[in-house]
Amino acid sequence: MSGKITLIIDGQEIEAEIGQTILDAADAAGVYIPRLCAMKGLSPHGSCRVCTVHVNGRPQAACTQPVAPGMSIENETPELKAHRVSVIDMLFVEGNHYCMFCEKSGNCELQAVAYRLGILAPQHDYMFPCRGVDASHPEVFIDGNRCILCGRCVRASQELDNKNVFQFVGRGIHKRLTFNAPNNLSQTDLAGIDKAVDSCPVGAILRKGTAFSVPIGQRLYDNEPIGSEIESGRRTNDRQV
Amino acid sequence: MSTKITIEPVTRVEGHGKVTIHLDDNNQVERARLHIVEFRGFERFIQGRPFWEVPVTIQRLCGICPVSHHLAAAKAMDRIVGVDVLTPVAEKMRRLMHYGQIFQSHSLHFFHLCSPDLLFGFDADVAIRNVIGVAQKHPELAVQGVMMRKYGQEIIKATAGKKIHGTGAIPGGINKNLSIEERDALLKDIDQQIEWAQGAVKLAQDYTVSHLDEALAFANFPSHHLSLVREDGAMDLYHGNLRAIDAAGETVFDQVDYANYTNYIAEEVRDYSYMKFPYIKSIGPEDGWYRVGPLARVNACNFIDTPLAEASRQAFMAVTEGKPNNLSLAYHWARMIEVLHAVEKIQLLLHDPDLQGTDLLLKGDRREEAVGLIEAPRGTLFHHYKVNEGGQVTMCNLIVSTTNNNEPMNRAVESVAKTYLSGQTITEGLLNHVEVAIRAYDPCLSCATHALGRMPLEVQVLDREGSVLDRRATR
Ligand code: SF4
Ligand code: FES
Repeated sequence: MSGKITLIIDGQEIEAEIGQTILDAADAAGVYIPRLCAMKGLSPHGSCRVCTVHVNGRPQAACTQPVAPGMSIENETPELKAHRVSVIDMLFVEGNHYCMFCEKSGNCELQAVAYRLGILAPQHDYMFPCRGVDASHPEVFIDGNRCILCGRCVRASQELDNKNVFQFVGRGIHKRLTFNAPNNLSQTDLAGIDKAVDSCPVGAILRKGTAFSVPIGQRLYDNEPIGSEIESGRRTNDRQV
Repeated sequence: MSTKITIEPVTRVEGHGKVTIHLDDNNQVERARLHIVEFRGFERFIQGRPFWEVPVTIQRLCGICPVSHHLAAAKAMDRIVGVDVLTPVAEKMRRLMHYGQIFQSHSLHFFHLCSPDLLFGFDADVAIRNVIGVAQKHPELAVQGVMMRKYGQEIIKATAGKKIHGTGAIPGGINKNLSIEERDALLKDIDQQIEWAQGAVKLAQDYTVSHLDEALAFANFPSHHLSLVREDGAMDLYHGNLRAIDAAGETVFDQVDYANYTNYIAEEVRDYSYMKFPYIKSIGPEDGWYRVGPLARVNACNFIDTPLAEASRQAFMAVTEGKPNNLSLAYHWARMIEVLHAVEKIQLLLHDPDLQGTDLLLKGDRREEAVGLIEAPRGTLFHHYKVNEGGQVTMCNLIVSTTNNNEPMNRAVESVAKTYLSGQTITEGLLNHVEVAIRAYDPCLSCATHALGRMPLEVQVLDREGSVLDRRATR
């Protein structure tokens, strides 16, 4: 089934195509819905819940929910904002996110969404995890303490690189990113140019030798908040690295 | 020893200091000690972190001179990535950043912290002897201080991206050049800044010369002096080789590649202080201590390669007939000579087209160990790292400027205590003079750089059993 339908987001009528997700339709119409685990070019994952909207009054993940005729969607409401703030807040305190010296600062989607939502300080207590780093790969550095378990690298490796470098182990609070190798990252077939390396929204997967090479003022989110590019129709949520 | 007098801060802030004065049985000062709680956690904290992160991380060690740590770490990491000589634009951008830092740090110290002492006298009421007093009595000076500091900060922003805790220097180079717009904005004010810097030197010089008797009687003691100098012996605040001279100006060592500093400098641990005591190895811990910072640098160099500062240096050296100056109070004059030198260098750099170059970064063969040194505003700053194959820091040793000046500051406090303490009663005069002596060295203690120019101090006289005989606190 294909064809155009109309739906309503925050009282505004937009056009969408049957088969699109709410997120894709909103992007195309220049409406920004915050997201973290969704990335253009990858299959949707629906895990972070940052993109939650109300569809005819019921919460749905915009990145996985297909559009349907007659949908009335709420995106920017105080209740949804509070929900997103709470989710982002938990991601911050679950990891060690020291923006002040993280090389991803200014290019980090977690930081950028937090700024856009006006988060200044966390509401929950920091958990200060100790998940370790992996420096074994000649071109890639991994800081597990910054991983937000979005699964973008897992999918990018499979879907874009045709490899299977990353995977998750454990459940719930014990869930961790790991690699398909006995000991460390250098034993995988990950290459420095792999798309998986660029897919990480935070400073958990880093390409060695690139840190701080973009000066302050010219980084991705230095001059306008994340989502501005969608609202001005310049581009969709392609990751630009 | 029967009595111990303790001077300690009321407000326990990071990097606070405490002074104890130890009396013998005849109520004479036996010795004095300055205790500085130095936060050394960084040396452990960065272990395991990637080396390229360190120049940005390590500057968080200090909110007062972060640029110095940023650059010293970057210089070490240049060598880790196998780069011994940077591209012209990278080296000059870093120099510009550094001169901006020297300029703003020294200006802040002189106008906001030190000028109240010089303008109103050490014994003046603290209600007047502060930066607000300066603003009321000498508004033009207070404004100059603010504007000079701001100018230095604008330079830091143009080179590091932010006025504080920027990211400009990266291993092997720099992440930006100076745009024409940035250059022109800075050039607009340069003549005014040079004029103000000349005025500041004159103020410090006139004060020192007209109060020479007082300066000779105040924390005046011989010491070695340590500094980086250029290969031709010129003052060089960003890069050079190590030179140490003795109190009479004789060479102890010269043109030492700082990568080998451990052959020349060692650090002694003493049970009463968290801060180590560095010394010249060949002389030993007893007598091998040395001064660093503006006084040591002006004493140690053969000349300054900018004309206005060189003329000031010659006037400075003439006071001691060409021999090293060992007066603690001469630090202020030397500091202002460096302000003038820094701003002359800034002017030269702003006119240098290399700063608009685009060749920002070099790469070489990875090394496992490296040392980076810089002449920070407060003195020689040592950064030493080992890095594993994957790029993780496995060892870090820092000798910060204030640590290098540890023993001299102890001596300065002791000298002042001997002069100004009588009996077991703590006078306002003693408090003031201890404060002024410590401040001459511009140590990076938050309490020493208290916004109103007054260190939060408490003085206690204790008897043999430790009960308090007398107490006096600053307000
Ligand atoms: S490493 Fe990065 S991309 Fe992979 S799951 Fe963690 S945050 Fe997501
Ligand atoms: S972006 Fe939709 S659940 Fe993460």
